Amino acid sequence: MNPARGSLLGIEHLEAAEILRLLKFARRMNPDKPRPLLKGKRVLLLFYEASTRTRSSFEIAAKSMGAHTVLIQSAGSSIEKGESLLDTGYTVRAVGADIIVIRHPNAGAPYVMAQHIDVPVINAGDGLHEHPSQALLDAYTILRNKKTFKGLQVAIVGDIFHSRVARSACHLLSKFGVKIILCGPPELAPDIATTLAPGIRVTRHIEDALHGTDVVMLLRVQKERLSGLKIDLSEYIARYQMNPARLKMAKKDAIVMHPGPIIRGLELTSEVADGAQARILEEVHNGVPMRMAILARAMGKT
Amino acid sequence: MTSAEKNRGSLLIKGGHLIDPAARIDAPMDVLLKDGRVAEVAPPNKIKGGAEKSDKFDARGLIVTPGFIDLHVHLREPGQAHKETIATGTAAAAAGGFTSVCTMPNTVPVVDSVEWIEWLRQPERGAVVNVFAIAAATRSSKGATLTDFRALQSAGAIAVTDDGKPILEDAIMREALVLGGELNFPVVQHAEDTRMTENCSMHAGARSFRLGLRGMTAAAEASIVERDVQLAMHIPNARLHVAHLSTADALKSVRRGKRAKARVTFEVTPHHFTLTDEDMRDYDSNYKMNPPLRSASDLEAILVALADGTVDAIATDHAPHAAHEKEMEFERAAFGITGLETALALSITRLHRGKRIPLARVVELFTAGPARCFDLRGRGSLVRGSIADVTVFDPKKKWTFDAAKSHSKSKNTPFDGWQLTGKVVATIVGGKIVYSG
Repeated sequence: MNPARGSLLGIEHLEAAEILRLLKFARRMNPDKPRPLLKGKRVLLLFYEASTRTRSSFEIAAKSMGAHTVLIQSAGSSIEKGESLLDTGYTVRAVGADIIVIRHPNAGAPYVMAQHIDVPVINAGDGLHEHPSQALLDAYTILRNKKTFKGLQVAIVGDIFHSRVARSACHLLSKFGVKIILCGPPELAPDIATTLAPGIRVTRHIEDALHGTDVVMLLRVQKERLSGLKIDLSEYIARYQMNPARLKMAKKDAIVMHPGPIIRGLELTSEVADGAQARILEEVHNGVPMRMAILARAMGKT
Repeated sequence: MTSAEKNRGSLLIKGGHLIDPAARIDAPMDVLLKDGRVAEVAPPNKIKGGAEKSDKFDARGLIVTPGFIDLHVHLREPGQAHKETIATGTAAAAAGGFTSVCTMPNTVPVVDSVEWIEWLRQPERGAVVNVFAIAAATRSSKGATLTDFRALQSAGAIAVTDDGKPILEDAIMREALVLGGELNFPVVQHAEDTRMTENCSMHAGARSFRLGLRGMTAAAEASIVERDVQLAMHIPNARLHVAHLSTADALKSVRRGKRAKARVTFEVTPHHFTLTDEDMRDYDSNYKMNPPLRSASDLEAILVALADGTVDAIATDHAPHAAHEKEMEFERAAFGITGLETALALSITRLHRGKRIPLARVVELFTAGPARCFDLRGRGSLVRGSIADVTVFDPKKKWTFDAAKSHSKSKNTPFDGWQLTGKVVATIVGGKIVYSG
């Protein structure tokens, strides 16, 4: 079965025009001025993995458009009792779900769901694969600060390998011709990453990544996903941590982004996290209108 | 467990084209089967001894070959009858032209004792083709203590393996090859350094990175094969058989071993010479198996080795799983695909028609080649006196594989709906037709 119309499984197969349409629609969304586009609809939030930002902003986005939301988490549900992904899907469909938002530790889980369940499925992050709503809200944030993608250079620093945010961001930015520089040690920023999309370069040197860069995206070292990989954190800090001195190597008006959660003292210092160039909380803030647009699209309302 | 004793009749296969690579025959020949054996092979209409009283099989326009042998199938018994049974698995084998299959011991419990070997051989299992048991190489396939090779061999096991897992420890593998060498008993290796493949679900490459799936490197296979070949080269009479070889690097090690006259044999699967890691779409777990689908350059290297005579056998690694074990998160889904009913057609379509590999070479990979790997005496050829296992197929017949109609209990295959060329017409075991298509 093909995924239901309005599903958002990833950025890779989304067309640039569709992305622009979503970004434009998000600009008209304001959670403080509710629009009942989803009045009476049921949004099921299926979270198989921990989340603060994504979960709360999907929930607020849905509610501010008049939808009912139900949150199902692995702990305290039948998932804990061994119910399969698809049986959980069939169950929430039978309960009357109009949209399923799913966060899952396994890559591709939203695809499996969408191939079997006839309601729109929205990927809220699947394993190491994609995190499309994050890439969209980041694009939204970049455009609010930089006006256009044209001529931009974005450096993504840190644990690219384990990052679904990085994969989605690369797909999205590449579609608009943005120059993308990935920076980190080989275990975290493997050369194969350049095959993801056109316009991607990998460097091991932070100076090289920052020179001429408009946007610095930092990523957390995902200790829970390292799977036996040994990373020397003090060496990582010495080579890649973003501090004020390093940030000066980027363009003067460069902005600093981070999908969160941030670990102060590891991938960035507090001066950078709280500094004038940081847009980390703005990203979180922009997550709500962006996810309103994604949910409205799922119901064919854009 | 040959059924030859039961078949006292005679059958004349008339008008076909015989390909018997071991006997260097590739010509129109009639074949007379009698009392479970090959009684006579002669040019058309030249068979004398009692042909007029025999049942006749009209093989005009068809290829007649020694019965196919599959060195690597998972029949799932004992313990996993929801996936497959010996009865359903051998029915699928018969439909695929296989008259003999070698069943893997990674069942529940593991086949690591004489009792289980005997259980597998009981007529109650309902096998319709010959089933040869491969026993576990270590107790419960835990890789720590060797099983009783001598007793298992006497009970009828034809080789040992911990398939599904490697024999990882150097010392244990060495010990297995030493003992196997003394007994002329092949040790079959599932070559995967599992210390490098934890949580991995496909080949490590651009596609696994894109899909966010942890990848098994080619090195995880090649390093084990290299070690094993080195051991086999230095242990007198050691017999190493590399299961489902899938990478160009591992192939280099095997070639080196063969050049050094070590007793190293290996098999490749139809899916590894047909598909690459780029073929999987949308996390379809019917493309998930171990070893995984590899890169295009690995596939090319395997095609070269199939053509130049290096590959010893085509084996299916038929690995049935129930739908609920496959339709799930890709990373959690079971490894393995079915393969018995598509092996010949994929070989004819991809190797013979696609790559111009002579049909006689393809037949060798299903007959003489595998018979040599595990010393299956009386099989793999139709010289006079051989066991009357025969496969008859139409090399030109076009057909569409419909997994739903498969004889296997499980339908986990990436080849559902594929249009293929080459179809089995009859499978004859011990002189008796067990399948006709």
